[in-house]
Amino acid sequence: MKSTQQLERQLKRHSKAARLENWGRFISFSALLLIVAVVVGIIGFVASKGIATFTTNHVSLWDFLTEKTWNPNIKDAHGNPEVGALPMIVGSFLITILSAIVATPFAIGTAVFMNEISPNRGAKILQPVTELLVGIPSVVYGFIGLSVVVPATRAIFGGSGFGILSGTCVLFVMILPTVTSMSADALKSVPRYYREASLALGATQWQTIYKVVLRAATPGLMTAVVFGMARAFGEALAVQMVIGNAALMPSSLVAPSSTLTSVLTTGIGNTVMGSLQNNALWSLALVLLLMSLVFNLIIRLIGRKGRM
Amino acid sequence: MNSKTQNKIAIGALYGIAGFVVLILLALLGYILVSGMPQLSWHFLTAPAKAFLKGGGVGVQLFNSFYLLFLAMLISFPIALGAAIYLYEYAKDNWLTTTIRTAIEILSSLPSVVVGLFGFLFFVVKLRLGFSILSGAFALTFFNLPLLTRSIEDSLRTISETQREGGLALGLSRWETVTKVILPAAVPSILTGVILSAGRVFGEAAALIYTAGQSAPALNFMDWNPFNISSPLNPMRPAETLAVHIWKINSEGIMPDAKAISSGSSAVLVLAILIFNFAARYLGKRLYKRLTSA
Repeated sequence: MKSTQQLERQLKRHSKAARLENWGRFISFSALLLIVAVVVGIIGFVASKGIATFTTNHVSLWDFLTEKTWNPNIKDAHGNPEVGALPMIVGSFLITILSAIVATPFAIGTAVFMNEISPNRGAKILQPVTELLVGIPSVVYGFIGLSVVVPATRAIFGGSGFGILSGTCVLFVMILPTVTSMSADALKSVPRYYREASLALGATQWQTIYKVVLRAATPGLMTAVVFGMARAFGEALAVQMVIGNAALMPSSLVAPSSTLTSVLTTGIGNTVMGSLQNNALWSLALVLLLMSLVFNLIIRLIGRKGRM
Repeated sequence: MNSKTQNKIAIGALYGIAGFVVLILLALLGYILVSGMPQLSWHFLTAPAKAFLKGGGVGVQLFNSFYLLFLAMLISFPIALGAAIYLYEYAKDNWLTTTIRTAIEILSSLPSVVVGLFGFLFFVVKLRLGFSILSGAFALTFFNLPLLTRSIEDSLRTISETQREGGLALGLSRWETVTKVILPAAVPSILTGVILSAGRVFGEAAALIYTAGQSAPALNFMDWNPFNISSPLNPMRPAETLAVHIWKINSEGIMPDAKAISSGSSAVLVLAILIFNFAARYLGKRLYKRLTSA
């Protein structure tokens, strides 16, 4: 009797391989869960710190987003702390949009050149160089901005040389390789027979590029540009080094101003945890986080549209 | 204007744009190397930094960069490998997988300063690790995980489906197929991905300024006991890396030769990235040849 039970147990037991399989599956799944937990953790922590300005310090959200004076140490006439984040928000958007506007034609032009006009030279020179430049650390871009771009702006426009214009120049060069290589990928995915059909109809090379290839690759190109914008928006140190760090509404492109990231990098170490000054900075971080989610969403929407 | 002239003008313009971009990129690389190379010397690479005097080096920072890179890779590689294996080999195409993929994408698009701030909040303040190499390594891990996971998954994708079928047909379990058949075949491209991501981690600064800290206490390179405070291996000491050093001396430095030091450091960073890039290509190709007898 007992031996049948034993036999049954033996037969029903998982084999060594099956146990290994379950174990491996479990381990790899936990690794994946860990990453998800990190994402949830980051969003949760930053959000809970970021809304403290509004819940514990009772700053109104509207004031935070629209007021123009950023001076968390001082209270205004009504006894409310002066935490208007508009200058930083405007600075961030301005610098992002400007650098994207400048970078897009160059990036797409280069991508077209290396894909359609001179694939040989593209593969030999342009592609390795862009790939290499994608990997150059942002502080290096910042340092070059500081030692080349800022003095140049100073010489041409006067003033200190620090400001949105210098930031735009640095970010333009910084996102150029990223946008170029992503645009090139987008152009590469346009089927060859589109071009053949267009050329066979008697279209010139430019007509083929402009009317067929670029149209077909539009979703991919837009993704590349938005991706570059997301990178520009979130870039901290390179911008912080050349923008001048004055939390004022940007009055001109060559006046010192600030972005969300630049205020964060300079400020967070100089404030006490839990104080209003500190909470206000976390609210800026939350704005940054939300914007990166928005960029993500836009990329997703473009991707979905492109698939249809 | 007929379409032929238009064509000529447009193509000419594209030549101009491409030439201009190449010029910018080469000028950039040239500037870094030309202004930085003269600074490089054995003394510069090994001597400790001086805060108020000329003639300091970046020895400690350079060591910190490599040590942090090593620790961050040590933590992130197994996690990324596991996650990539599950995502590609096991995950079914359902809402859960889509959600997880979205989460990874979000993590990869987060600004690195936000990742650094989270590291500051969680590791430095909550877990009381202080400004330390360990906090920095964790922050870098978060920064690195999504990129590395994606690159490993792409490597798994390049392995032909017939290899999996072969493994399964021999009666191997899925896990054994992955570990015994797929992974060995994917090693060259995984390695390439790892080295390329190492280049990115090496130059990262924004995630580190509030986790690994901005100070580099002097180290005693004779003392390799990780529990001593002046030991280079001690993971609890604050550690300014090379990239952070460049930022620090330029934004609040009072060093008289800050510019020379930053030029030199930039050149070191860029050279390191160059070496990482070439090593990735070379090793990947070589390993591929050896492992596949192609």
